[in-house]
Amino acid sequence: MSLTPDEVRRIARLARLEISAEETDRTREQLNGILAFIEQLQAVDTAGVEPMAHAMDIVQRLRSDAVTEPDRREAFQAIAPETEAGLYLVPKVIE
Amino acid sequence: MIDSSLKQLSAALAGKQVSAAELATVFLERIERLNPTINAFVTIDRDRTLAQARAADERRAQGERAPLLGVPLAHKDIFCTEGWLTTCGSKMLANFVSPYDAHVVSRFKAAGAVMLGKLNMDEFAMGSSNETSHFGPVKNPWDLDRVPGGSSGGSAASVAARLTPAATGTDTGGSIRQPAALCGLTGLKPTYGVCSRFGMIAFASSLDQAGPMTRSAEDSALMLNAMAGYDERDSTSLQRPPEDYGRDLDKPLAGLRIGLPREFFGSGMDDDVRAAVEAALNEYRKLGATTVEVGLPNSGLSVPAYYVIAPAEASSNLSRFDGVRYGHRAAEYGDLVEMYCKSRAEGFGAEVKRRILIGTYVLSHGYYDAYYLKAQKIRRLIATDFQRAFEQCDVIMGPTAPSVAFRFGEKSADPVQMYLSDIYTIAVNLAGLPGMSIPCGFGAHGMPVGLQVIGPWFGEAKMLNVAHQYQQGTDWHARMPEGVK
Repeated sequence: MSLTPDEVRRIARLARLEISAEETDRTREQLNGILAFIEQLQAVDTAGVEPMAHAMDIVQRLRSDAVTEPDRREAFQAIAPETEAGLYLVPKVIE
Repeated sequence: MIDSSLKQLSAALAGKQVSAAELATVFLERIERLNPTINAFVTIDRDRTLAQARAADERRAQGERAPLLGVPLAHKDIFCTEGWLTTCGSKMLANFVSPYDAHVVSRFKAAGAVMLGKLNMDEFAMGSSNETSHFGPVKNPWDLDRVPGGSSGGSAASVAARLTPAATGTDTGGSIRQPAALCGLTGLKPTYGVCSRFGMIAFASSLDQAGPMTRSAEDSALMLNAMAGYDERDSTSLQRPPEDYGRDLDKPLAGLRIGLPREFFGSGMDDDVRAAVEAALNEYRKLGATTVEVGLPNSGLSVPAYYVIAPAEASSNLSRFDGVRYGHRAAEYGDLVEMYCKSRAEGFGAEVKRRILIGTYVLSHGYYDAYYLKAQKIRRLIATDFQRAFEQCDVIMGPTAPSVAFRFGEKSADPVQMYLSDIYTIAVNLAGLPGMSIPCGFGAHGMPVGLQVIGPWFGEAKMLNVAHQYQQGTDWHARMPEGVK
């Protein structure tokens, strides 16, 4: 399995990472090195093995649907790049 | 004072031989003098530290008694600390002042500990040498041309250089144990779920765990007593009765069964590391332990399985850094997607980007089964190996790292070579087990070697006992690097 430059650009797009033309080649080379390394997993017989998502076999805890946190909007928005009237500002997405 | 253990400092504070403010001043002055060379601290704030110290002195004057009241320590910069910069070693968070405390931080605050500052680390805890930090690499106090290990490299170097008596670290694939080994410290990664992950910036959520980095096992027990505990804000925090992790420190080791995985004693380890580990095992035999060979046949798959699972979880966790609510936002952009792409490209370093890309790829349409699900099945095989091995032994021992600390630049050009620094530690995270590194001698170039001790789930008190008994008869853990005396 070896990635093409187009695939690298597609993955970068999915990951929301801008990648320059110069970076693409070097990144492709390094990603292919890592993918070649993890390729050895394919040779292992895992028929009938249950995937392990977590170290502990615990069930998801549920809590009652009640407000437990105080409103700290001002503190949280004080560290935001851009806010107005209690809202986070981003470039216009709907015309 | 700077070479005293937490236990000794605690006693000196209780006996009014020293105040918390005096103690903090001693360490702050040392940090101001030595940190420009070692680069272990990324944030110090003398006034706020001294205010915390005076508050601890006040609490003592009011009659409060607690083991860590007034004791100075420092936190890895992955832990959110209210009102203090919390950078995670990244440009992305270079201006992030946390609006809240991590659970672990709030536990230490409640215990009255005084924070000396925030500690440097590999960016988002991704690295084994501290070379990926946005704030420059940490130097190993034993040799300034060598890496301290990573990702908790600032934690390890600061304790080794006596800039703080103890520090917190986090360990996703070896990030407490490997730097502890490379800097000659005692470091403990608890069982997954023992310490809350709330406010600990997420890397790979099913593997991340916080733990103490100290000089002695006795001090690690004191630290873990404060750090551990249930927290409803972490959905994987375990609800268990509180433990005194130091309760078994003084128990004799006669009859202890030590498992030695044949896979850990193959050709992967350098001769100097092997010699120190073998000598430590002989010391344990003198203490009445017996050794038995065990097999971890799938452990060789742990590094490749980890480099599917951890990047997959990281790519998901790090999607929150979008330049909208906090952190870095690019100065110029057109539409929203471009704002995301530019902010993230500018904010993240090369290793973090590589792991996000790998994770995005293995989770993408058509590859999920072949990579992610496959790696999770292999994770099960690795965990099952350990369960079988623990039928024959109480603890498992082996090297923590395959070599002593390497030189800057030696492994940074080839990501896979760097990943193999964690070849002995990663399987422990995949299985969710507690793992420890304790100093067991010196290898090539006079650099420290670590002995890894692995326990069954919730085996921390036993492991601390095993480490403490060794430290009663050896002084590797008490040695101080010549350059910082």
